[in-house]
Amino acid sequence: MSWDLLAQSLVSGLLMGLIYALVAAGLSLIFGLMDVVNFAHGEMMMLAMYAAVLIFGTLGLDPLLQLPLVCAGMFALGWGVYRGVIARALGVRFNRGMVQIFATFGLAIFIRGAAQFAFGGDFRSVSGTVLSGKTVSFLGVFVPLPQLAASIVCLLAFAGLLLVGRTEFGRALEATREDRDAVALIGIDRDRIFAMGWGLGAATVGVAGVMLISFYYVSPNVGANFALIAYVTVALGGFGSILGALVAGVVIGEVEALTAFVLEPSLKQIGMFAVYLAVLMIRPRGLFGRL
Amino acid sequence: MSVSVLDPSVAAPADNAILRRRRRELLLGALLLVPLGALPFLVSDVYTQNLIITTVLFAGLSQAWNILGGYCGQISLGHALYMGIGAYVSTMLFTRAGVPPTVGMFAAAAVAGAVALLVGWPCFRLSGHYYAIATVVVGEIGYLLFLNWEWVGAASGIYIPLGADSVVNLQFRTSKLPFHFVVLAFAAVAWVAAWLIEGSRWGFAWRAVRDDVTAARSLAVRVFPSKMAAAAISGGLTGMGGAIYAQYVGYIDPDSVLAGHWSILIALPAVLGGVGTLWGPLLGAAVLIPVSELTRSYLGGSGQGVDLMIYGGLIVVVALARPAGLVSLFGVKGGA
Repeated sequence: MSWDLLAQSLVSGLLMGLIYALVAAGLSLIFGLMDVVNFAHGEMMMLAMYAAVLIFGTLGLDPLLQLPLVCAGMFALGWGVYRGVIARALGVRFNRGMVQIFATFGLAIFIRGAAQFAFGGDFRSVSGTVLSGKTVSFLGVFVPLPQLAASIVCLLAFAGLLLVGRTEFGRALEATREDRDAVALIGIDRDRIFAMGWGLGAATVGVAGVMLISFYYVSPNVGANFALIAYVTVALGGFGSILGALVAGVVIGEVEALTAFVLEPSLKQIGMFAVYLAVLMIRPRGLFGRL
Repeated sequence: MSVSVLDPSVAAPADNAILRRRRRELLLGALLLVPLGALPFLVSDVYTQNLIITTVLFAGLSQAWNILGGYCGQISLGHALYMGIGAYVSTMLFTRAGVPPTVGMFAAAAVAGAVALLVGWPCFRLSGHYYAIATVVVGEIGYLLFLNWEWVGAASGIYIPLGADSVVNLQFRTSKLPFHFVVLAFAAVAWVAAWLIEGSRWGFAWRAVRDDVTAARSLAVRVFPSKMAAAAISGGLTGMGGAIYAQYVGYIDPDSVLAGHWSILIALPAVLGGVGTLWGPLLGAAVLIPVSELTRSYLGGSGQGVDLMIYGGLIVVVALARPAGLVSLFGVKGGA
């Protein structure tokens, strides 16, 4: 076992972990706000990846520059999904927990089918971006620039999410999370906050998708695997905790890289699942969970 | 229901009404076996016959899920594990030790039930979404382990050797039709199990756990043992269904019996049909399986995804429009 390889693994684990963290953050935000797990979260990321491929292919706009555009689109998508599906799922009087699980699950299948219909089953990616193919080396560890840029953007997105928490909207978000009935009394439109929460969650996963596209392939099924990791990350960090998602994402990324390094790559997910189960045995609500 | 426990004099007529309803349901179930048994003989093409067999199998599997997910309210999204383990146990017993699947499926049920207890022991400490996601993860771990386990064929899977037609070995080479009676018997067993649970002390305890854990505990319902019992029965029946499925398709690998989407496929008929009801899983399977099969064969062949759009859209629409499940169209009220 060489130290160089170990350091390399740890660094790639960190870089991937930050992406996992950002994917999980959007999920966690929505859950914390209204107790809904979005089982179509991975599919939303997949849509953002396709959007990046399309925009790069038609306008030639570098994924980094596309971020505002795709984020705006994803915000609208999240808003629409809330208005069209989730608001109705929250409105049912019976069986609400299962209705929201299976409604978002049905939505996931629908989006997967729509992507298959629009883009076919081929794997797509973008190449020839400003950053692609370039690496920097630091103390003997090679870091591909696309991954490095992705993790920096992820950290910035986290900073952005934490800053949002300090704005008027963020305080309304927090208040709605605390007591969704009481906020109506102080003039907060709960439905609007929920819709914006979904928009924000979708935009967050959109950032992850756009950054991912310069070093990861997209296909209609790409969401499923990332979503599974995101659920594990969110549950590990604690539903509703943004900071928890960040810490848990990095933990998951590192455990995955280390399992692949020590055991073998085909078992890499077993390591992260085992760590997740072990932590949940000690802290049933995750590392930072309050809900 | 709580009144009947406290004051027998008030409860007597209500109890009689419940008993009468239960007897009616048992009678209806028994009568339904006749048309269900005859159904595949009314059509001549093999495709439709297979569709009917699959539908009945899913009605049974989903009823098994319903025992834990519906009556006890523990939303398991990892039942593929029990189905896969059942399939592997009976198949390994058959191919390695020559144990006929008619015996092996009981071993499969026992092992799957035991695994369900093993999974439940840590996971029932968790509640709500934490529980649901933990079951997804446990299922994935099982899938990955079998995918890397050489002795059970790893990723390449196991072929079940074809022998002469034999009821004991559940091998019907000339026609798949006899399988219809096997899956029908399985679905009937799962249905009767649910029927028995509905009227038993256990069933009341489980529904109390589902509706309000704290209240249940305050009435001396033992919450953890209730969940474990429901998991064992549910997992065991699912394992038995897995064993039958393996024999039906003749080949198993981790993707065909353990993959995560099976967990959803098993749960969906119960959820859309009416969770925590006797008829929900059957009704849900009767709608979902034909829709998914027919859209796939008529629209999915070109890989264009229209089948998935219809299937996914249907799930969304039914979940939103009929939150209590399709049984509510017939005025049946479920639980959960």
